[in-house]
Amino acid sequence: MSVTQEKCLKMYTDMWRIRLFEEEANRQTNLGNVVGTLHMYCGEEAVAVGVCANLRDDDYVLGTHRSHGHCIAKGAQSDKMMAELFGKATGTCRGKGGSMHVADFSLNMLGANGIVGAGIGPTTGTALASKIRGTDQVSVCFFGDGAAARGTFHEAIAMGSLWQLPVVYVCENNGYQQWVPRKNVAVVDSVADMAGSYSIPGVSVNGQDAIEVYEVIAEAVARARSGGGPSLIEARTYRFYGHSLGDEQQYRTEEEVEERKRNADPINILRDFMTEQNWLTSADDDQVQQRAGDEITRAAKFAEQSPWPEMGEVGTDVLFDAKEVA
Amino acid sequence: MTVMAFNEALREALHEEMARDESVFVMGEDVITHGGPYKVTDGVAEKFPGRIFETPIAEAGIVGLGVGAAMAGMNPVIEIMYLDFITCAMDEVVNQAAKMRYMTGGQGSVPMVVRLPCGVGRLLAAQHSQIMESWFMHVPGLQVVVPSTPADAKGLLKTAIRSPDPVMFFEYKRTYTHKGEVPEGEYLIPFGKADVKREGEDVTVIAIGPMVQKSLEAAVLLEDEGYDIEIVDPRTLSPLDTETICESVRKTGRVVVCGEDSSFAGSVSEIAAMIAERCFSDLKAPIVRVGSPHVPMPFSAELVKHVVPEAANVVSAVNRVMS
Repeated sequence: MSVTQEKCLKMYTDMWRIRLFEEEANRQTNLGNVVGTLHMYCGEEAVAVGVCANLRDDDYVLGTHRSHGHCIAKGAQSDKMMAELFGKATGTCRGKGGSMHVADFSLNMLGANGIVGAGIGPTTGTALASKIRGTDQVSVCFFGDGAAARGTFHEAIAMGSLWQLPVVYVCENNGYQQWVPRKNVAVVDSVADMAGSYSIPGVSVNGQDAIEVYEVIAEAVARARSGGGPSLIEARTYRFYGHSLGDEQQYRTEEEVEERKRNADPINILRDFMTEQNWLTSADDDQVQQRAGDEITRAAKFAEQSPWPEMGEVGTDVLFDAKEVA
Repeated sequence: MTVMAFNEALREALHEEMARDESVFVMGEDVITHGGPYKVTDGVAEKFPGRIFETPIAEAGIVGLGVGAAMAGMNPVIEIMYLDFITCAMDEVVNQAAKMRYMTGGQGSVPMVVRLPCGVGRLLAAQHSQIMESWFMHVPGLQVVVPSTPADAKGLLKTAIRSPDPVMFFEYKRTYTHKGEVPEGEYLIPFGKADVKREGEDVTVIAIGPMVQKSLEAAVLLEDEGYDIEIVDPRTLSPLDTETICESVRKTGRVVVCGEDSSFAGSVSEIAAMIAERCFSDLKAPIVRVGSPHVPMPFSAELVKHVVPEAANVVSAVNRVMS
């Protein structure tokens, strides 16, 4: 085991920051301040933090439609993210992206993505850029199990393996492709088993356990960074909320969700581990939660008080030097 | 000036840009073997090792990788063997490349060139002959470039490679062997700057891609009829140089817009609509469009003759606007 107390505390703190950010965003939706929809990440936090705790600032990350957690774990500021969800001028994307397109290029977090499976090619492309330039940056792509059904999964991973690119493909298998249980629409149970088709290592981990995710990703990142090529990691996880807001969730029982919350909450699992190691006192725990709570309260306030984008913003950022075309 | 073929001019542009900037690289199907299907990528592998990638047959993957590499600061030049195959990568072009700058509030950009050999070449029927300029004109965030001469091909490709935003670069396959004078040394042609290929007083013919050459041939025939036509080549369809086009229309008052693509909802239609909107009071006759009929490309040489517009179609269109 290579994880340190410091890493654990960072992961534990970030899980709380993600959890509280999400719950606040949900609350702000009910207040009418966040519009559109949210794809809640609660329950899956161990994957984002277990992966990102292995990354450097200059490593690339691309996400999914459910990417608030990936952004926070990569270091994005929660106040600018919340402002983006509000559609305010101070948002990470100046109010032009919203929940499904949160990005922070200063952290090489190249964005959430609204199209399932669409990030796998571009992440392989950032890895290709690193290879051509001769840097040792690693690229990580998060995607859901639904994305493994898309042709982009096959086309991109095949090239990632062909050219031995420094990329880690991280499948967050939460068991449901929107409303449909994976087993109804896929014959291969574990996405990790598909790695063999590309002659790359494939490992399935318990995605509720941040330590397990951290250890497996550490190996995959080290392999990528040292020129050993890509890996495919499946993190078996579970989302506590529906696919998106307003999901009636008739495809699963309340008992199932409650059981998972009781027995597979990634925050509890990491807390138990740290407590066993004497790495976290209850006073430490209180402080982590207090700080995360304060941060998110400030983020919501920042978003609420921020100005709306100016009308002229509608026509900027189409092209670098937009020509009058109409 | 040096005389060279259209594909040689593209190759020269590519080599010059790769020598100038290490972030430029090439990706596509069969781009190394035999120097590429159109010889545009010939010599790159030898001169710039490690900067050309011969890919599996996977257009969505190729363009997807290009998007990511471009977001990371590289300048990919992608060849799609036949334009028709770009439909396999529409998400990557339309939802990823085109929208990235906007969705991220200006943080991200995709400086990527997608080269699109298009139109009828050898007779390969409906799935290897399409044009689709208007499909991409319709998408904000994309630039649509259509060179008609070797000189324009070189200057426009160099500008495309240096552009900070995605470029859909149309190369009509039958144009690859056309020869023309290309200025020596480095030169760039700005986007959004139409070129008046022939000055005239009676009719404005706006001609796209290979229709420029056909219109020049038509102009010679029309001279015998006493008509002096002006030929405006937009060179880039998005951005579109509305100013140069309208200036010519105001002078002549008569307009023919011609392209090889289907004129129904095609590139010529947008230009015709723009002129009708801005120059209606200057028009002495209704605008006439010349394009292919709204049918897939047939196989038989006899049928193709009824699809691809030629100089004769331009002549009869000019006669219509003059009558």
